[in-house]
Amino acid sequence: MATFASLSEGIEAVVRDGDTVAMEGFTHLIPFAAGHEVVRQKRKHLTLIRMTPDLIYDQLIGMGCADKLVFSWGGNPGVGSLHRLRDAVEKGWPNKLEIEEHSHAAMANAYEAGAAGLPCAIFRGYIGADLAKVNPKIKSIVCPFTGETLAAIPSHRPDVAIIHGLKADRAGNVLLEGILGVQKEAVLASKRSLVTVEEIVDDFGPRNLNACILPSWTIGMIAHVPGGAFPSYAQGYYKRHNAFYIEWDKIARERDTFQAWMKANVLKKNESEYAKYARPSRVAAE
Amino acid sequence: MTATYTPNEIMTVVAARALKNSDVLFVGIGAPSAASNLARLTHAPNITLIYESGTIETKPSVLPLSIGDGELCDTALTTVAVPEMFRYWLQGGRITVGFLGGAQIDKYANLNTTVVGSYDAPKVRLPGGGGAPEISNSCAEIFIIMPQGRGFVKKLDFITSLGHGEGDDHRQRLGVKTKGPTRLITDLCIFEPDPATKEMTVTSIHPGVTCDQIQENTGWTVRYANTVAETAPPTAKELEVLRDLHARTKRAHGEAA
Repeated sequence: MATFASLSEGIEAVVRDGDTVAMEGFTHLIPFAAGHEVVRQKRKHLTLIRMTPDLIYDQLIGMGCADKLVFSWGGNPGVGSLHRLRDAVEKGWPNKLEIEEHSHAAMANAYEAGAAGLPCAIFRGYIGADLAKVNPKIKSIVCPFTGETLAAIPSHRPDVAIIHGLKADRAGNVLLEGILGVQKEAVLASKRSLVTVEEIVDDFGPRNLNACILPSWTIGMIAHVPGGAFPSYAQGYYKRHNAFYIEWDKIARERDTFQAWMKANVLKKNESEYAKYARPSRVAAE
Repeated sequence: MTATYTPNEIMTVVAARALKNSDVLFVGIGAPSAASNLARLTHAPNITLIYESGTIETKPSVLPLSIGDGELCDTALTTVAVPEMFRYWLQGGRITVGFLGGAQIDKYANLNTTVVGSYDAPKVRLPGGGGAPEISNSCAEIFIIMPQGRGFVKKLDFITSLGHGEGDDHRQRLGVKTKGPTRLITDLCIFEPDPATKEMTVTSIHPGVTCDQIQENTGWTVRYANTVAETAPPTAKELEVLRDLHARTKRAHGEAA
């Protein structure tokens, strides 16, 4: 059964130096508060997996938490580059970063295969694409029934998955709604997990019979961190802060402005910082 | 009297016109998203827009900044998880048109969004492929929107997604059954693949654009189809809808949460 803890206790318990960590959330529900706590606790030598590194991994990479990144699209969506990621890849700052690059389809399939307990993911992919030439983990397999050559990559089996959910009930079940990304798959594929949530409720109440719920016994730890996805968003609670994503381009462009921002907004803060971004859910407000 | 418009506006308008009411689109952020929604707000009200974040039949009132803005989910018929999106909907062959762009393109419409320079020691590390390597081969056909200039190169530093490969029947030889890039829409003209060689060939030139201009902004020797049309300029209505959309979008993204 899931254990309730504070964010700092949760990160302390689930993330160790050298771990392979997947902090997922496809644009929606990105676990920023948890990422910041990893920075505050100075975790090192992590292998970070995420389809879209986004600002959260730009921050972890720039703060020297990562040795390796496994990803499929490393930009600031609709804005441009992730400058800290680029600096690490192009100039080795603050440390050399190994990259393992895939396509979105490959990453999604690898999480799904991990959740399904399979050793590899098989899909129709990478045909005529150079990524297969530079990533030795992209291989092919011949369908024994049709003879078609298909792409195969190892499944994702992270040490830890960290996601942000909308609600947990008192029993520790977690509800997700909206853009679901690969969060369910990431949790089910991982050895350990931490879920931060907007809200803890006695009961989920009336809900869709097919709602996306992770049962308590599939989750390691739960921390109540309202606003914990900001500047990403939580469907029905608060919107994506697109203006901050645009502003990040300026903050992260230079090493010193980045470090100053991280010091003022992450290192000198704690997990209560995010509550100011939280908004009551629309349902609760009605 | 023709309305005045920017090169970017005519590129977006021309791309929108290429879309049909019956199309099922896999939409990317930026110019593809603007063109798709312009089509939906003008001649193709029932066009189906799908974004890779899992939103199906979405009808955003403003353009999303990211591929997964809440607006896309709020206005979608349904939203599926990302593995399902790539497996059932894209790989499953349910998409008629995929929209792509890139930092670099060659004459066979192969695209690079990965690196400038070598992969191991890149001069510029670009965002990478995202969905493109599979979009390029799973959709029935591909439209590419890209302003012309330095990105139109003789040889790509990296092939992120397959266009027509080395030309001719290269796609078929690789076992790909879909058409690949059938239109390359730029700020100067429209290219379409030559039926035999598959080299992207100019079939329509935007008003006031010269062949010299097209050549100066292309890294290979440009070929022209036997009959080359002049692109009809954007209508007042098309420009009004597009500008309204951009103005609404700017207001929405500029506001503080």
